Amino acid sequence: MEKQKKEHILSLLVNNKPDVLARVAGTLGGRGYNIDTLCVDATLDPKISKIILSVYQDQAAITKIEKQLLRLIDVHSVSELTETETVMREMMLVRMRLTEKNKADIALIIDTFRGRVVTMNGDSCVIEITGTKADIERAIESLKPLGIDDLARTGIVALERIK
Amino acid sequence: MKLKGAEIFIRALKQEGIQTVFGYPGGVLLDIYDELHRSDITHILVRHEQGAVHAADGYARASGKVGVVLVTSGPGATNTVTGIANAYLDSIPIVVFTGQVPTALIGTDAFQEADIVGITRPCTKHNFQVRRVDELARTIHEAFHIARSGRPGPVLVDLPKDVMQATTDYEPSTPKEEEPVQPPRPASGKALYVLDLIAESRRPVLLTGGGIVLGRASEELRQMARRTKIPVTSTLMGLGAFPASDPLWLGMPGMHGTYYANMALSNCDLLIAIGCRFDDRVTGNLETFARKAKKVHVDVDASSINKNVMVDVPIVQDCKEALRSFNKLLADQNFTVSDEDRREWFDMIDEWKRNVPLSYCPSDEVIKPQFVIETLCNLTKGKAIITTEVGQNQMWAAQFYKFDEPNMFISSGGLGTMGFGLPAAIGAQVAFPDKLVVDIAGDGSIQMNIQELATAVQYNIPVKVVVLNNGYLGMVRQWQELFYEKRYSQTDMTYAPDFVKVAEAYGMLGVRAVKPDEVEATLRKGLEHPGPVIMDFRVAREECVYPMVRPGGSIQEMALGREMIN
Repeated sequence: MEKQKKEHILSLLVNNKPDVLARVAGTLGGRGYNIDTLCVDATLDPKISKIILSVYQDQAAITKIEKQLLRLIDVHSVSELTETETVMREMMLVRMRLTEKNKADIALIIDTFRGRVVTMNGDSCVIEITGTKADIERAIESLKPLGIDDLARTGIVALERIK
Repeated sequence: MKLKGAEIFIRALKQEGIQTVFGYPGGVLLDIYDELHRSDITHILVRHEQGAVHAADGYARASGKVGVVLVTSGPGATNTVTGIANAYLDSIPIVVFTGQVPTALIGTDAFQEADIVGITRPCTKHNFQVRRVDELARTIHEAFHIARSGRPGPVLVDLPKDVMQATTDYEPSTPKEEEPVQPPRPASGKALYVLDLIAESRRPVLLTGGGIVLGRASEELRQMARRTKIPVTSTLMGLGAFPASDPLWLGMPGMHGTYYANMALSNCDLLIAIGCRFDDRVTGNLETFARKAKKVHVDVDASSINKNVMVDVPIVQDCKEALRSFNKLLADQNFTVSDEDRREWFDMIDEWKRNVPLSYCPSDEVIKPQFVIETLCNLTKGKAIITTEVGQNQMWAAQFYKFDEPNMFISSGGLGTMGFGLPAAIGAQVAFPDKLVVDIAGDGSIQMNIQELATAVQYNIPVKVVVLNNGYLGMVRQWQELFYEKRYSQTDMTYAPDFVKVAEAYGMLGVRAVKPDEVEATLRKGLEHPGPVIMDFRVAREECVYPMVRPGGSIQEMALGREMIN
């Protein structure tokens, strides 16, 4: 099996109940695996939630994680999403301090990453940018020198292109 | 029909066919205990909640039924954690009911509140907190179903006090049937391939584990092994599933396994592992484990396969189902193996058996612990249910008591819980009041749940406790002797109570042997006594368990005595 570590995206269907996330997190954490990103919400069926999480591990570890997650009574399915078969997106909200000097640069970056200003409040604004994980990271790098006040990222959401 | 939660609790247990509960009352359980008082369910009052879980566990291992525990909130619940973890590692079906503070007080650090669902999440197969009385009956049935289905395991159900006091319309629901487990069937191609591997193989070995006992598959295993003339070795958890009196029997493998079982595993060209999970105590160094063999692994739990040992043929299936399909194919193909085909392999094994049998140095001066177990085995004709504590006593019991039937050897395999044997013996004896049940103990372990002697006396549960008393924590001392130049750091247990007097103080018989020629008479006296007994054997203090594989070493490199350890 492949020994090389890389980012793996797992998509889980689970019961939408109070302690299910703790069980999932404990199954990984208890074995020393870190959840790098996590995204959870109910599906069309309110009793079922979808968890999308990413873990940076080799393939052997991912296989073990999948098997251990499937042992949980509240987990209905676990599938690994591959980049070629899946659309992956991440959203970020960034609050910037606005100055006379940086406004034009920020506007250019928003334009480049096809983001938008969600709210503007005197000398600060909140920008929304959606894209691949790489896009989001490039956007952060570009915005950093202009004075990021704070930011929040959703982590990866992903969906298979076809059923 | 309007019923209180506590009444529904009793009704649901009865619907599940539960006759016996091991438990300990407390404040939040008063409603349940009041109902219990009115019901015909037998309640065994233990003296510590850990004892209740081990007793339910021993009951389950001996009978194959689900064991039931009832304890109060807070400390009552946290005291069960070791017992639950023990059942979890050995996949034993038990349901533990814990009382909980009223729902309105949960999260307020109320008196005797503990988040037992959070605490036991990683050591239960599943757990529940019942927040509404109308969910109670369904949750209880679900808990029993989960505990016994697939790979069995402990399930905890947390019962807040107000839920037990609330009333609801109760409709008796049908408990879920114990449906035959249906994990994905192997493509019959896979089973056929296994048969081809057997046909091609010159030196096959069957390695079986607790899954055979839990899956009630020992008949099917015997049939397959005898038809294919494949020698069998079994992990600690599977002892008895294949008879020790059968010529194909190799004994237990691993760290304290027989020389010939370890040599057979190391030299086999085909390893068929069924219902075992390749524990490190069995495999030793994974790099060198059975490295000449093609490996087949059958297990009901997909996560056990390719976890420690990478196999060529993984089969996710219930052991009984898998063995049945092998046996059917063998019969359909009229599969036969001649003695001649196996001659070379049997000759090799016989030579290992002849050269290095399981043995010890007998003595006329001091009682050898192995001698006590050999004598016990002879006197009971191998028919007693044996429970053990953990350490040397456990390994000697596994080595020198010869088990011919499953569910007769009850031992804490995965977790290695000292203090397991006595309460487990009580549980096994409750399941089988007319069988002889013996706990093989050490002087260290027996003190870890010694309070359960009172339980045995109160209900006249006639368990026989054999204490191999060497005044040490023997197994740790053995490692200190062999790997830490005899620095016996904190393993000397010379200060211990007089176990005969302890027995008498609890109101039971205590007997003692200090010389080898007293062993048989002492055992006879103890075994023939109608009630519970402690037999205190003052054994050779620094006896070691051999063979021994160094931790992490290859299993074919065994020390057979002190001089060989390095």
